[in-house]
Amino acid sequence: MSPVLELRGVSASYGPFRALFGVSLTVEAGGSLALLGSNGAGKTTVARVASGLVVPTSGSVLVDGEDLTGARPHQYARAGVAHAPEGRSVFATLTVAENLRLSFRRTHGASGLSCALDRAYDLFPQLGNRRSQMAGTLSGGEQRMLSMARVLVNPPKLLIADEPSLGLAPIIIDEVYQSLRAIREAGTAVLIVEQQVGHALQLCDRTAVLGHGAVEWEGPADEATDVMVGQMFTTGEDG
Amino acid sequence: MLLAASTGEDLLRAVLQGAPPGSVYALIALGFVLTYKTSGVFNLAFGAQAYVSAAMYFQARNEWEWQVVPALILAVFILAPLIGLVLERLIFRHLSNSSAVAKLVIAIGLTVALPSLFELVTGFSAVAGRTPTGIIPGGSSVFYDPFGIYPLSRDELAQMAVALFGMAALGALFRFSSLGLALRAVVESPRMTELSGINADRVSAFAWALSSLFAGMAGVLIAPRFNTLMAPDFFHLVIVAIAAAAIGRLASLPRALLGGLGLGIFIALFNTFLPRWTADHGWLRPFQENLTPSMPFVILFGVLVCWPAIRREHRVVDPLSGVDPPPPGLAALTRNRRLTLITRVFSVSLLCVIGVTVLLRADVRWLFLVTQAVILAIIYLSITVVTGFAGQISLCQGAFAAVGAFTVFQLADRYDLSVLAAALVGAALAAVVGAVLSLPVLRLGGVWLAIATLAFAFFFDAVMVKFSWIGGGGTSLFQGTRVPRPTIGPWDFADDRLFLVLAVVAFTVVSFLVIQLREGTTGRMLHALRGSEMAAESIGISPVRARVTAFAVSAAIAGFGGALLAIHQENVNYQNNFSPTAALFWLVLVVSLSARTIEGAAYSGAAFSLFDSLVLRGEVFRWIFRGWVPGILPISPKWRFVLFGLASIQFSRHPEGLVEYGKRRATRRFNERFDRRERDRASQETSP
Repeated sequence: MSPVLELRGVSASYGPFRALFGVSLTVEAGGSLALLGSNGAGKTTVARVASGLVVPTSGSVLVDGEDLTGARPHQYARAGVAHAPEGRSVFATLTVAENLRLSFRRTHGASGLSCALDRAYDLFPQLGNRRSQMAGTLSGGEQRMLSMARVLVNPPKLLIADEPSLGLAPIIIDEVYQSLRAIREAGTAVLIVEQQVGHALQLCDRTAVLGHGAVEWEGPADEATDVMVGQMFTTGEDG
Repeated sequence: MLLAASTGEDLLRAVLQGAPPGSVYALIALGFVLTYKTSGVFNLAFGAQAYVSAAMYFQARNEWEWQVVPALILAVFILAPLIGLVLERLIFRHLSNSSAVAKLVIAIGLTVALPSLFELVTGFSAVAGRTPTGIIPGGSSVFYDPFGIYPLSRDELAQMAVALFGMAALGALFRFSSLGLALRAVVESPRMTELSGINADRVSAFAWALSSLFAGMAGVLIAPRFNTLMAPDFFHLVIVAIAAAAIGRLASLPRALLGGLGLGIFIALFNTFLPRWTADHGWLRPFQENLTPSMPFVILFGVLVCWPAIRREHRVVDPLSGVDPPPPGLAALTRNRRLTLITRVFSVSLLCVIGVTVLLRADVRWLFLVTQAVILAIIYLSITVVTGFAGQISLCQGAFAAVGAFTVFQLADRYDLSVLAAALVGAALAAVVGAVLSLPVLRLGGVWLAIATLAFAFFFDAVMVKFSWIGGGGTSLFQGTRVPRPTIGPWDFADDRLFLVLAVVAFTVVSFLVIQLREGTTGRMLHALRGSEMAAESIGISPVRARVTAFAVSAAIAGFGGALLAIHQENVNYQNNFSPTAALFWLVLVVSLSARTIEGAAYSGAAFSLFDSLVLRGEVFRWIFRGWVPGILPISPKWRFVLFGLASIQFSRHPEGLVEYGKRRATRRFNERFDRRERDRASQETSP
């Protein structure tokens, strides 16, 4: 069985600024990878490349064994890649229900729509109470729930979560990670970009540490703690 | 009792009279809001699109004698959406993250380019007195009079029906369909919509096609109201639509509809009641004559300036905007000092050769064109100041220039003042007008500032010019607005060669002043403000003071240039030289060549005045190849509008202008090839 996501020697840049230098990573089907590293290491860029938002300048991106290099983000989404971007990942000007409709429409069709909406409200009753409220007026935790509801009702092959704990209270972070665990159990592979190392390592089997736009270390999650501590003490020196 | 009844009747009549044009305004406003909401483009080219459809329909019906239905299908349901799709695909798709001002400039470029392009391709030309026909047989001759007050023609009924239907269809689309949902999602963030598995490009292409369809439909519907089909009338239409859309704060479709209808009715009411009030109050008379045609501009200006809600429009930021590479920096390239010296010496000597050649050999026509180029370059320096330095798009530079020109005319005509002294007075007056105008307008900022200045330009055009103490009133219609040439001591500037020298001296002096402004405190402040307004304010720079100065200086330069232009042509020639649409082309020209440098203004002046004769008529080839001209030349001067209008598309990628961009690229290539230090630096930049 081919891995659900495979990056082969990917380099990427924002205009004149290069962010990635030959990154190779794989996420097995149903597997999980925590992507760690300091600020500016290129974690978010890896996530963007893996969902088609940033087109690599060289190297290739394979989803489920199919080469999608240079494809548009919606083609990645249709191939089963869901990306919850950093910060706000819901449409602020649409209501909660409309946010959900937007993502269920393609997969459930007009007839399955109300059924899918009900399942989302069952999972997160709070969302059901606020279904006709603008998503931008939700709290940060509720916004995360909304984006989690989208993927929980309709599990993709791969979920890319970029800093799912950013700006949330510890208790909400726990909830978010519970949902992520539920998604894993549903058979979805997970790629998590995280600065909250502890949570990510508990959730994931494998870990990759990025530094200066390249993979510095890759291995099982339980060996990662020592590496991370080592990196924390060294990054300050070589800038 | 009788009086009350008749007043009520008049009210109703005005409503009935104003509703049909109001519905066409509403139709355009709907399309306008749709484009703005889905792509962030303030599409001034909407009028041009409406004109193209109307002209296509006219061509098919009157020239090719097609039936109504095929002509309508071609003009509205094929051509209009097609134009929208082409604009989206080729231009606006690549601009989704450019600033709103950049998009506005491109839309202005298209306003200039589209009608000319259409006329060139189809060979359509306006023929006076050939009134366009509507889409209903007997549209303008069959009337219905349900209340016995105002007979509505079939055309008018059709206009109202189509507007209501359009609104209902749009409302249903947004409320009930999943496409409408996708449209709203794309407005907020095309990239997040893509992440939901929706092809955002296709959605926004649909939005463009749909809104262009609205423009085309409105164009065909409104055409019968004009005696002659001409592009500028349709531009006016867009101004009205913007006023309507502004009432809905550019976001609400129902309010845009109501705004359009309301404006139509308001104008009709105004036209009904103002004549009565003037009968009682004589002092209102000049306003009655002049204000009626300019109501839309007055309303637009009033809405913009007096309604603070518009300024507080907060846009939801796309959470994925960080995916785009940062905009290229505008830092000047470090130029090799020797290279700079060589190019300077070369260009100065080239200019001298050209100058001497023109002075010694040119005939009357060429002298006229070259002098005009130099004077226009002075006017364009005003755009350098306000747009290049202060970063504001002002569309009323033509009005400022006209203030200067008319001052010279009035002072010379009435008081026999020396025209050069009058030119300075004109510049001062223009500066005052500019400063006063800038106070309410500057708070708007960005796109709204541009639109407010445009409204002012049209207001000046429709009202102020008609006053006898400005434009000379009725007598100037017969005698023209004559301006004499000056004499200083032994020199009589009636001689064209001598006047050219005077113009060159004036250009040099103004350039010097502009450089002083750029290098001085105000220039530095403007530079800081352009970088980040908030950061500049935090270190104690007053944005208002710096910008008002820039506006006033710019207006003074424009006024002085306008005065010189009038002296040169010995006539103000307002319609030819300073009309708002002419000034639109100025901006497009300067911005696409280079708004930041003196050279840019000089090139733009040359391009405006000489491009037609040199390139389009092939004179340049005649000189180089000794009489031989390529077979395709001469071609229509309209190509000038098309070429420079389309060149403004470059503005988003090279906001410094094509001239400056070319120069920088040449310098960089030169450095890379010949300067080893530079090469080492360049190779270091690309490694990690």
